[in-house]
Amino acid sequence: MSKEYVDMNTPVVEMRDIVKRFGNFTANDGIQLTVHKGEIHAILGENGAGKSTLMNQLYGLIKPTSGDILVNGKKVEMNNPKDAIDAGIGMVHQHFMLVQPFTVTENIVLGTEPRKGISLDMETARKNVVELSERYGLSIDPDAKIEDISVGMQQRVEILKALYRGADILILDEPTSSLTPQEIVELIEIMHKLAKDGKSIILITHKLKEIKESADFCTIIRLGKYIGTVDVDTVTESDLASMMVGRNVTFKVEKQEMTPGEVVLNVENLHCLDYRGVEIVKGLDLQVRRGEIVGIAGIDGNGQTELVEVITGLRKGISGKVFVNGTNVFNRSPRFGYNHGVSSIPADRQKHGLVLDFSIEDNLILQNYGKDPFSFRSILKRDAIFDHATSSIEQFDIRPGSSEKRAARTLSGGNQQKVIIAREVQNDKDLLIAVNPTRGLDVGAIEYVHKYIVDQRNKGKAVLLVSFELDEIMSLSDIIDVIFDGKIVASLPGKEADENELGLMMAGGKKS
Amino acid sequence: MKEKKGVFSYIADHRFLQILISIFMGFLVGAVFLIIMGLSVGEAYGRLLTSITSLKGFSYVIVYSISYIVVGLSVAFSFKTGVFNIGAEGQFVVGSMAAACVGILCGNLPGIVLIPLCFLAAMAAGAIWGSIVGFLKTRWGINEVLSMIMFNWIAFYLSNFIAGIPAIHSDGSAESTKNIAASARTLLPQGFIDRLNIAPTANWGILVAVAATVLVWFIIEKTTLGYELKAVGSNKNAAEYGGIGVNRSILTSLAISGALAGLGGALQLMGMGGRISVFTSQEGFGFAGIVVALIGCSNPFGVLVAGLFYGALIYGGSKLNLVGVPTQLINVIVGTVVFFISISILFERLNFTAVRHKTRKEQNIMQQEEIDKANEKGGGKQ
Repeated sequence: MSKEYVDMNTPVVEMRDIVKRFGNFTANDGIQLTVHKGEIHAILGENGAGKSTLMNQLYGLIKPTSGDILVNGKKVEMNNPKDAIDAGIGMVHQHFMLVQPFTVTENIVLGTEPRKGISLDMETARKNVVELSERYGLSIDPDAKIEDISVGMQQRVEILKALYRGADILILDEPTSSLTPQEIVELIEIMHKLAKDGKSIILITHKLKEIKESADFCTIIRLGKYIGTVDVDTVTESDLASMMVGRNVTFKVEKQEMTPGEVVLNVENLHCLDYRGVEIVKGLDLQVRRGEIVGIAGIDGNGQTELVEVITGLRKGISGKVFVNGTNVFNRSPRFGYNHGVSSIPADRQKHGLVLDFSIEDNLILQNYGKDPFSFRSILKRDAIFDHATSSIEQFDIRPGSSEKRAARTLSGGNQQKVIIAREVQNDKDLLIAVNPTRGLDVGAIEYVHKYIVDQRNKGKAVLLVSFELDEIMSLSDIIDVIFDGKIVASLPGKEADENELGLMMAGGKKS
Repeated sequence: MKEKKGVFSYIADHRFLQILISIFMGFLVGAVFLIIMGLSVGEAYGRLLTSITSLKGFSYVIVYSISYIVVGLSVAFSFKTGVFNIGAEGQFVVGSMAAACVGILCGNLPGIVLIPLCFLAAMAAGAIWGSIVGFLKTRWGINEVLSMIMFNWIAFYLSNFIAGIPAIHSDGSAESTKNIAASARTLLPQGFIDRLNIAPTANWGILVAVAATVLVWFIIEKTTLGYELKAVGSNKNAAEYGGIGVNRSILTSLAISGALAGLGGALQLMGMGGRISVFTSQEGFGFAGIVVALIGCSNPFGVLVAGLFYGALIYGGSKLNLVGVPTQLINVIVGTVVFFISISILFERLNFTAVRHKTRKEQNIMQQEEIDKANEKGGGKQ
């Protein structure tokens, strides 16, 4: 299968017909992977496709049920991560494994400290770390404490740690999931530098854009099965997406023309403080009408989070008015707002959206548990609650099916989000506020969420979309409002928006 | 599906096994102490067993258990709803004093009026005691654990103060209140007690304890109130987002928890003592309630069983000196049991590998189900 990509050199890593079973569940079913020296090789798959399982086998954390692993052409048996490290494989996990109060140098040499007699030779250690850091342009401060440096820097420390142990093959597990856009750009640069120096990088991800920007080859896994390996330059993002989910994925959101109706949400001269007590929303005006999606574009920290919290009643404002269908809900309770037409998909689904220990059926009635048909005279009607969950699971394709009694905690992120969407859409309110509704979701789930948001608009609801993903704002919004320093500084039709111009305005550049 | 949430959902859970192991460890450590002291393990534990298995012994166990069960319910209820009612001790004390005042001052009322009145007074007093702490917490954010511990002492001295008021204080030389009216007692008929030769304080308070158990279970599992309280208990933010009044829920939870502890005090007074002594130290019912709630996994029916177990230990323990074993052995056993239950809880929270293992397993099961579903849909097209 992958023969056409094998060149003259022996591959540094080859995984042949890897099968991994847990009980009667097959997590990997005949996976092939071939990685050459100096290559950036992406492994693409939806959440739960079996990417991490595959890499855990390469790193010796678990053993394959059958299949061979070859490093530099020789068959190896990985019994534990030490075997993998000895074979020149390093892994940077999604969640870093660093000692917070230790310095960068101390963390990097931990377990392999150079010694001088019986004492540690931290000077040599520091020198080695600086050398390595400079060689790959990591610009790391060797004396900084981990707890004082950013997530992006911590990741570099993890990469250095692997390099320090002599890794020639680096496995990066979802490396961009917690990085800022700028940090992502820098990480990709670093990856290219490493590859140029002859290191091989295996990149586990479900983000297509990053694959296109960084990888040479991409191996796709779907539901534990090997789908294929492609040369990234020869395929488009949507090719990759359809291979990953097994059907055509449209990035372009289908939207029919709509004439907006009357104003549903009208925010007037709103002021509020942030958690530190500093004024963050400074006289903001905003309108959303029926049948339109208004997207708020802005850099995090310009007041969009607080704006939404005030509208939904979670935060008290200083002054201003928030009309929903003509009723002022400013500084009223969340329930008051809800009863007057506000529903929302909150930014943090685990903090605000769900009670993780509650079952799905109980999460689906979070606002309506006290109403007909879910209760009668303060007694819950369990049958009605169960039936509601059954139909929601069916209608919104929440997986696994028949999971009415399953705790929300056990669902994947995408399915947790589906539970919230099922609830908020069925609440059938005039205003839907969606904050970063697709954060952390894979392509299939994103498409799904977008479809439901547009559906709401088409049904004549007013939709307020707040997202840090500019692509999302641009593809969904009928009107884009740019927020900067607590005010809407520009409002333009979604069709006319230009990414660069928007970016400039978000950064406080001149108004258009 | 087997996952049906029922009365015994918690007992059926694997937590039950942890409790059993902890209890076993308690007796094991107790045995080590016995051996160190050169005493016979068989004789000590044999005595423990025989003193509770006779009819009379068993009736004592039930009598002892009544307030442990109800105070245990109080603490368990607070656990379920996300607060830690370490103030059950104080609520118990004000509850029993309120019942005593009613039982003494309204002594001429018939039992059918007086007894419910005593219960109500005790529950109201406990509820107020809990609510004050709740108010301090929700109004000014004062940590409920700290204020509760202080309120335990306020209750202690308040009770002693009231016991000293002439209208309440014993007419004789006893450092206690007067006896409450006979009509306020929950004792079984004397003839019945004599005929069966059971504990002279045998009373029908156990029925109240069982009813309270069912009621607490019902509130937690079946009502919108329980839904709200649990939601606030497990995720305050999501509850608020869903429109539930968080502060009101905390107040309600502490009031109900306090009322239960107060009821425990009334049951103790009306079933056993008949009067309240001037305290020289805290009685420890509230702390026993914490132990019972822990052993019972905060499940109402678990608490019922745990309360009986605790009552058996305390009563059986009081007979140990008959074979030359210090009663303090029971404290060693109880302490060890609580210690092991606490570590098992701690382990659940801290043992990342175990947690991760579990979620990975769950993920695998989910994936499997998804694959099955996809295969079904695909209908073997591949």
